Amino acid sequence: MTTTRTRGAGATSFGPSALLGIPAMAFFAVFAILPLGVALYLSFTQWSGLGSPEWVGLENWRTLLTDSSTAHSLMLTIQLMVLTWLVQTPISLLLGVFLAGRQRYREILAVVYFVPLLLSSASIAIAYRNLLDPNFGVFSGGGLGWLNQNWLGDPSLTFYVVAFIIAWQFVPFHTLLYQGGARQIPQTLYEAAAIDGAGRARQFRSITLPQLRYTIVTSSTLILVGALTYFDVIFILTQGGPGDATRILPLDMYLTGFVANKMGLASAIAVVLVVLGMVLSLTISKASGFSKMESQLDGEA
Amino acid sequence: MTAHTAHGHGPAKIIRSRPTTAARPNVLGGAAAFVWLLIVSVPLYWILITSLRTQQGFFGESPLAFPTDPTLDNYRTVLANDFGRYLSNSFIVTISAVVLVVASGYLCAYTVARSPNKKTRTMFNVMLLGLAIPLQATIIPIYLMIVKAGLYDNLLAIILPSVAFALPITVLILVNFLRDIPVQLYEAMRIDGASEWEVMVKLAIPLSRPAIVTVAIYSGLNIWNGFLFPLVLTQSPETRVLPLALTSYQGMFTINVPAIIAAVVLSSLPVIALYILGRRQLLAGMTAGFGK
Repeated sequence: MTTTRTRGAGATSFGPSALLGIPAMAFFAVFAILPLGVALYLSFTQWSGLGSPEWVGLENWRTLLTDSSTAHSLMLTIQLMVLTWLVQTPISLLLGVFLAGRQRYREILAVVYFVPLLLSSASIAIAYRNLLDPNFGVFSGGGLGWLNQNWLGDPSLTFYVVAFIIAWQFVPFHTLLYQGGARQIPQTLYEAAAIDGAGRARQFRSITLPQLRYTIVTSSTLILVGALTYFDVIFILTQGGPGDATRILPLDMYLTGFVANKMGLASAIAVVLVVLGMVLSLTISKASGFSKMESQLDGEA
Repeated sequence: MTAHTAHGHGPAKIIRSRPTTAARPNVLGGAAAFVWLLIVSVPLYWILITSLRTQQGFFGESPLAFPTDPTLDNYRTVLANDFGRYLSNSFIVTISAVVLVVASGYLCAYTVARSPNKKTRTMFNVMLLGLAIPLQATIIPIYLMIVKAGLYDNLLAIILPSVAFALPITVLILVNFLRDIPVQLYEAMRIDGASEWEVMVKLAIPLSRPAIVTVAIYSGLNIWNGFLFPLVLTQSPETRVLPLALTSYQGMFTINVPAIIAAVVLSSLPVIALYILGRRQLLAGMTAGFGK
């Protein structure tokens, strides 16, 4: 485990000064930590984005707690979190383990698989908006008519379309994680299992899955916390609509602040987002022993 | 499989980057891979052929058929509409942010990995915590701060916060990599009279080049594709970066869908080129960074 290695490194009399970390910490403090405090402060004010914020006490928080639209956005966010996890995890796991093989054709496949990861959310949203157009989109001709729905205009469908597009965009990333993880599983384990007569399914369940547990935790954390940050795709694709069918929390915050000009109320939503993000990642890391994140590289292979 | 048995008796942790080929073919994995290949490639194919269609073709031809009259006119239309300026804005933002991220992130990761003590441990923990901060949640305060600092509608307004949010993952990946460099190498150099600075420049940086390339590509990709900071912190066409330009093209060309799609392709070409060049590096580095 790295603890020993860390102690070993500490035993040396040499080492750079912690001052080297200051530039990074300064960037981080000013643009990531300080804003959290400012958001908390702004959540007790009324501010249109122009002029100066005006202290109003708990008013925004009262609005937030009694306003059913925020509750709706929160529910949607949680649903999206669960749905994207359920869709992305099995697919990336299967694909990652499959791609961990080294055959030539998999290399070529891997290039195609990872293209969505390279495209900007803006590109993806704009492409899908037109691709799913009921009149001229990909399903409007060529025998695919049975798939031709009003994907982005039907409130009961759009939420699932959004989850699909998010999966389309991010499965490559999680596949990459699982592929890396699967490549580090010692081959000897499989050989021993094969000698003991374990079949592929059994090997997957008894070797691959347990060996990949850190990867599963990393990937799941990123998916769950990531659901609090999906903004670009939904903003361009649906603006939260139709109605408020895709108005998840980050989008609700943006629309409340920068469109409805209620920066104070939007800041309260921002605080909720931060708290949710922190609680989620702390819970996951506690539940999984993942807080020892730095020791995983030497994990007990 | 037999090819690997020679390594079988070695200590398990040395064995990395091994294929997990098992006795029987991975049928389920293969099937999933095929289905996902379709799901990925059909939209990509549609994007490519649509960008080559004439407008009449877009309204008349079957959407998945290759255009009967392929044309590059859409690309010409986009290039004639300030694409060059948006491209150079994106380059300026991405390159300056990546330089700042890599330089400050490296110094931080280096001291965390080389001088494990209370201070550096705290720094590292703060960075890890940063992974859980949703960027969106900070946008209102950042907007306020940028306006107060007089940086609104300036490319610096995008660069500075982008650096902050690229740092946690950068530091995490670099620390994980730097920890694998044996302490003895540093000590030997120090005993030979090299200064701390020389040790870093002549030993650590060359050894960690793969990780540096990885974090540069990964943070560059995210910053190049960033949308929210430019959306909120800039306004005029002079400071427009590519992802925002796409939405403005969408407004400008409205029904000329092939031209909008050509803009999508054009804006993606630089990153696809970069990916093809640095793919192996990126894969290897991400694996090291996120560990097992």
